[in-house]
Amino acid sequence: MTASAVLPEKATSRVFDVERIRADFPILRSRVHGHELVYLDNAATSQKPQAVIDAIVRYYTSANANIHRGVHYLSQIATEEFEAGRHAAQKFVNAADASEIVFTRGTTEAINLVAQAWGRVHVGAGDEVLITAMEHHSDIVPWQMLCNEKGAKLRVVPINDAGELILEEYTKLLSPKTKIVALAHVSNALGTINPVKKIVAMAHAQGIPVLVDGAQAVPHIAVDVQDLDCDFYAFSAHKMYGPTGIGALYAKAALLEAMPPYQGGGDMISSVTFEKTTYNKVPHKFEAGTPDMAGVAGLKAAIEYMNGIGVDKIAAHEHELLEYATKTVLALPGVRLIGTAREKASVLSFVVEDVHPHDIGTILDQEGVAVRTGHHCAQPVMDRYCIPATVRASFAVYNTRAEVDALARGIRKVQEVFA
Amino acid sequence: MAELRDLYQEVILEHSKAPRNFKEPAGMNHQAEGYNPLCGDRFTVYLEMDGDTVRDIGFKGAGCAISKASASMMTQTVKGKTKAEAHKIFQQFHDLVTGHEHVGDEELGKLAVFSGVSEFPMRVKCATLAWHTLEAALEGKQEKISTE
Repeated sequence: MTASAVLPEKATSRVFDVERIRADFPILRSRVHGHELVYLDNAATSQKPQAVIDAIVRYYTSANANIHRGVHYLSQIATEEFEAGRHAAQKFVNAADASEIVFTRGTTEAINLVAQAWGRVHVGAGDEVLITAMEHHSDIVPWQMLCNEKGAKLRVVPINDAGELILEEYTKLLSPKTKIVALAHVSNALGTINPVKKIVAMAHAQGIPVLVDGAQAVPHIAVDVQDLDCDFYAFSAHKMYGPTGIGALYAKAALLEAMPPYQGGGDMISSVTFEKTTYNKVPHKFEAGTPDMAGVAGLKAAIEYMNGIGVDKIAAHEHELLEYATKTVLALPGVRLIGTAREKASVLSFVVEDVHPHDIGTILDQEGVAVRTGHHCAQPVMDRYCIPATVRASFAVYNTRAEVDALARGIRKVQEVFA
Repeated sequence: MAELRDLYQEVILEHSKAPRNFKEPAGMNHQAEGYNPLCGDRFTVYLEMDGDTVRDIGFKGAGCAISKASASMMTQTVKGKTKAEAHKIFQQFHDLVTGHEHVGDEELGKLAVFSGVSEFPMRVKCATLAWHTLEAALEGKQEKISTE
């Protein structure tokens, strides 16, 4: 008779053996205030697997040189690795061509690039930029700056109480004045997954391009920019198990070709005289200066790590965890969820009656549970719900049901302290 | 290891649930707003100044237990004090919550319950928000604030 191994409670998942995944992340062995670390702040930044850490070390150990310049051996290796990273990013979001991937410092810089390079040409006085009420500050402020400079108007698609976009209002806001629509694929504060494909189609029907902030989507959803048909898609490596300081902008080739450069400097030129500069071809035209080559090596390793598990499996695991967490937390007295959209990813934002989120955050931290408390860089979302802040637990591939239980125990402790 | 009970002392919890002077004094002639953009805590401190003396003080707003209790106990402490005295108490309080050496904290009195904050550096801003707002109200605007 074959006895099947009984997995410890924390390893149970219908999708995969979480303990094996956890072993890939050295930081998860940390102890915090005498407790095992329970890291539930993944929407802020995820932890990094050894494979990503090793890729960065390997880059500096055996491949480092400046790219696209030298004729020497290391420069060639570094250039090849960098461009291999671009191909990995291209395949990761299913872009049609690698030249449609521009490396940036992250999502924020990618959005600023579009707001400046594309926006300053196409948005003028009296025009409108359409965003949504659930945007992160990084998808609000760059457009606000552009609108202020050009005398254009920032319009906002409202959300309902569940935290879903009100599409009837979106339809009404689209007009000949609308020059671009910019929205999050997944809301960082609410977890809402927006119907991006539909939103893009509605904008395109009126000839309006769409930028998608994919920072919170890429860790949880298999993204296909050709299927979405979006014009721009911005994302960061650090929320998807990669290093900080590196991210990418996907943009349709024709748009990139027509856009002026974002920043001037080395690598973005093909020839320079004091009279005239000829710019490099895309995507290099948008990558002035020596880029973060080690970061790209880390991003490539993160993509390979996610693909090794399977993005769909990661999503299934997180979905199961989110359902369990929703049920567990709602069973506690005085807990109210903020963000109850039908389509949600990995984010559990909540408030506890009579206790401020910051006090909850401190007490949970003493139990080793790391959550985010605050406005999550989405102050307009907090205003929408008339709350100053929320507690946000956000899940990743390595989180377990036992960690959700630790969160619930922590909340009960909060309620004891404040009883 | 920092103890939670050192931070969330009974007196602090009690003040956070039932803050004192949580109102706009009738004779208010100075006010300032304090805001911590990191956590969204927001308080307005109201003063009724009689020359250099705080004749009455109140506050309104929303924040965490630490910031609210601190505001509440601050109003009790500085009522009747001069500007210079209030400033001195704040300096001592600041030293207390940041864990700096301080002398003569007898003037802090009940405020000594905030000593646990020094073990929680992320919460120093919570404990001092109302005090910074008080300083702004005392130092800043000399113009009369309409009570309308």
